[in-house]
Amino acid sequence: MQEDEFEPNIVGLLCHWCTYTAADLAGTTRTQYPTNIRPIQTMCSGMVDPVYVLWALLGGADGVMIGACHPADCHYVSGNYKCRRKTAVLKSILNTLGLEDDRVWLCWISAAEGQKFANTVAKMVDELKKKGPNPINAYWST
Amino acid sequence: MEKRIGVFVCHCGLNIAGTVDVEQVVEAVKDYPDVVYAGNYIYMCSDPGQELVRTTIREQNLNGVVMSNCSPLMHEKTFRRVATKAGLNPYLLEIANIREDVSWPHENEKELATKKAISIVKMAIEKLKRNVELTPMVVPLHKRALVVGGGIAGITAALEIASAGYEVIVVEKLPYVGGHAAQLAGTFPTLDRVPCLMAPMIAKMISHPKIKVYTNAEVDEVSGYVGNFIVKIKTSPSYIDEGKCNNCGLCLEKCPVTCPSEFDCGLAERKAIYITPPETMSQKVLIDPGNCLHLNGDECRACEEICPTKAIDFLQQGITVEKTVGAIIVATGYGLWDKKNIPEYESDPDVIDGLQFERILSPSGPTGGDIRRPSDGKVPKQIVFISCCGSRDPEHGFTYCSRVCCMYIAKQAVLYSRTVPGGQAYVFYMDIRSDSKGYEEFVKSAMEEERVLYLRGRVSKLFRDGDKIKVWGSDTLSGKSVEISADLVIMATAMTPREGAIALARKLNVTVDAIGFLTEAHPKLQPVETLTTGIYLAGTVQWPRDIPDSIASTGGAVSKVLSMFSRKELLHEPTIAWPDEEVCSGCGICASVCTYNAIEIDPIKRVAKVNEAVCESCGACIASCPSGAMRHKNWNARQFMDMIDIATGAYV
Repeated sequence: MQEDEFEPNIVGLLCHWCTYTAADLAGTTRTQYPTNIRPIQTMCSGMVDPVYVLWALLGGADGVMIGACHPADCHYVSGNYKCRRKTAVLKSILNTLGLEDDRVWLCWISAAEGQKFANTVAKMVDELKKKGPNPINAYWST
Repeated sequence: MEKRIGVFVCHCGLNIAGTVDVEQVVEAVKDYPDVVYAGNYIYMCSDPGQELVRTTIREQNLNGVVMSNCSPLMHEKTFRRVATKAGLNPYLLEIANIREDVSWPHENEKELATKKAISIVKMAIEKLKRNVELTPMVVPLHKRALVVGGGIAGITAALEIASAGYEVIVVEKLPYVGGHAAQLAGTFPTLDRVPCLMAPMIAKMISHPKIKVYTNAEVDEVSGYVGNFIVKIKTSPSYIDEGKCNNCGLCLEKCPVTCPSEFDCGLAERKAIYITPPETMSQKVLIDPGNCLHLNGDECRACEEICPTKAIDFLQQGITVEKTVGAIIVATGYGLWDKKNIPEYESDPDVIDGLQFERILSPSGPTGGDIRRPSDGKVPKQIVFISCCGSRDPEHGFTYCSRVCCMYIAKQAVLYSRTVPGGQAYVFYMDIRSDSKGYEEFVKSAMEEERVLYLRGRVSKLFRDGDKIKVWGSDTLSGKSVEISADLVIMATAMTPREGAIALARKLNVTVDAIGFLTEAHPKLQPVETLTTGIYLAGTVQWPRDIPDSIASTGGAVSKVLSMFSRKELLHEPTIAWPDEEVCSGCGICASVCTYNAIEIDPIKRVAKVNEAVCESCGACIASCPSGAMRHKNWNARQFMDMIDIATGAYV
């Protein structure tokens, strides 16, 4: 497979109150970004079970984006902090499991930041293209 | 039960169909497992579009619907209504957002956009398969309000709610109502005498049949939730049998203990047994347990011995009452920053704060309306105001502006100039913030008509020099240093959160900011709400405000309460957490992460119990449960995994 043919696929777990709405805003303002992300709405980043992230990576996702409200802006007061800690703990074990921690991005994107959402997806696609496919895919297929 | 899912793909004119190949989307899902119908239409949200959905649900006997159109923020409610009309539970409908998430941001990627749209529709189908029928919960509503704080905001709130016909309970920590406003000499910019404003309000509140006022009382405990708060109100004893006391005042003469009067900000003295101030419209005798000799172990019973009606009761106990209320307004007001926090300004009886000067200016104050300085009772001929003491001064105090000082300084300077012929008032200021109706004109008139001398600059040092207080300052406009020999100095100290505000906020489960002011749910869109539904903020408990702003914010809070009370009952979103009791070990992690205190551990069953009316559906407990016992209605883990499966399979 040639490098430029690789299109990473990204699972987006996006908080309803901020990043999901930012994605809406990116759409409404016709801000263009790569199609690689599959958005899944969550009520809060605090409800993102690390298992979902593992599930996505084991399922072959090249990247997982968790979209959360900025610190101090969580609709549910502290869900984003809970998510931040869960993500930190998860990342600390991912490499040991043979998964790569830099495929998991926790992003603070407020409902007003449609442009930031688009930029983040574009940047993530770029970085993941440089990184190449999730090695788990090769593992499953051998 | 057999799943019969219908998929409706909207063109949205060309908004979707211009980018996404809608026919291909229909084609891709029409044979998908459990899908029995897939169709497209130019505008699903139009009347014929809604009709198509409605009739198809009936004809195809659908028990699940995926609407592939715009964002759920746009039309989820519309289509849930359509589903309900067709006899389908509205929670068996999911939205696949293929406009904001697909066609609009990928206008030049038609093929990839179509592919993305198909997987988004399939994800919605997978989620829908495990949705269950839900009905919004009906929560009973007690149409009685609690107002915490009996200052001008609290009194306004109580009167407004009561005049709409609902019962109100007012809890005031002090033995009298009126708050800071009752201590003021006058208001800016109209110079109204405050008793003329406050007295009728207080009198109306005290005598209102729908309002019950608890003074000398505190909110001890709050449990429950919107519509159903259970509040314990603890009243401290007054040690006086109110039925017997006839306010003769003999006990006050006999009491051997004098202590500073709180209402007069320490400028006058009162006895350990005292009568509440006349400005507060409540002439009640009570004993201050902190200063009474008898209550602190001494044998003194002077008041009891002299009392002709035997009204003194040293054994009186405080009482705690429990009330159920539907809504709570927090109006506990502000505190004042201690002027001792600026070491460069020497502590001196003639260096006072703004509230103390209000008392000196007040006709009913300690000097009876004459302007006399505290140290020797002389009429001050030169007075100096220092603005921003602690406000906009991160070195000593706070970064924020207290918002009222510029205006009350102008008011006090005007009242002073009119009362003391030949007296000169100086004001040291940083900027003059006079940004409300009539304020700028008022400050101008203080400068031009009342001869108040404004000096733009800071005061570096204050110290006693014989009979005078030397004020060393600078005038940055002339570039010169200034020395004034003042008779009286007034420091405009910062408005701060009231002592005890944080403890009260904890009881109410309301958040506070870094300084200790209570925070609103949203700074722009929900300025009087808190994050706990049913609890609202009024006045300076939230941020420094003047009287009109406090009254306006109180009006906002009151309208929220009244709009809630105008309903018959409350509805609550049913997509909430629930514990699988077979799996739950009762470890309590879920309860510790719940921001809303919606979870408790049943002491007998040893399992988590979710208070359905309080759960806000954030899902933190679900993600934190180590055994997977905590579940989320229509947001469960299996649904996420199924959606992720579709998402990751997209490029395989």
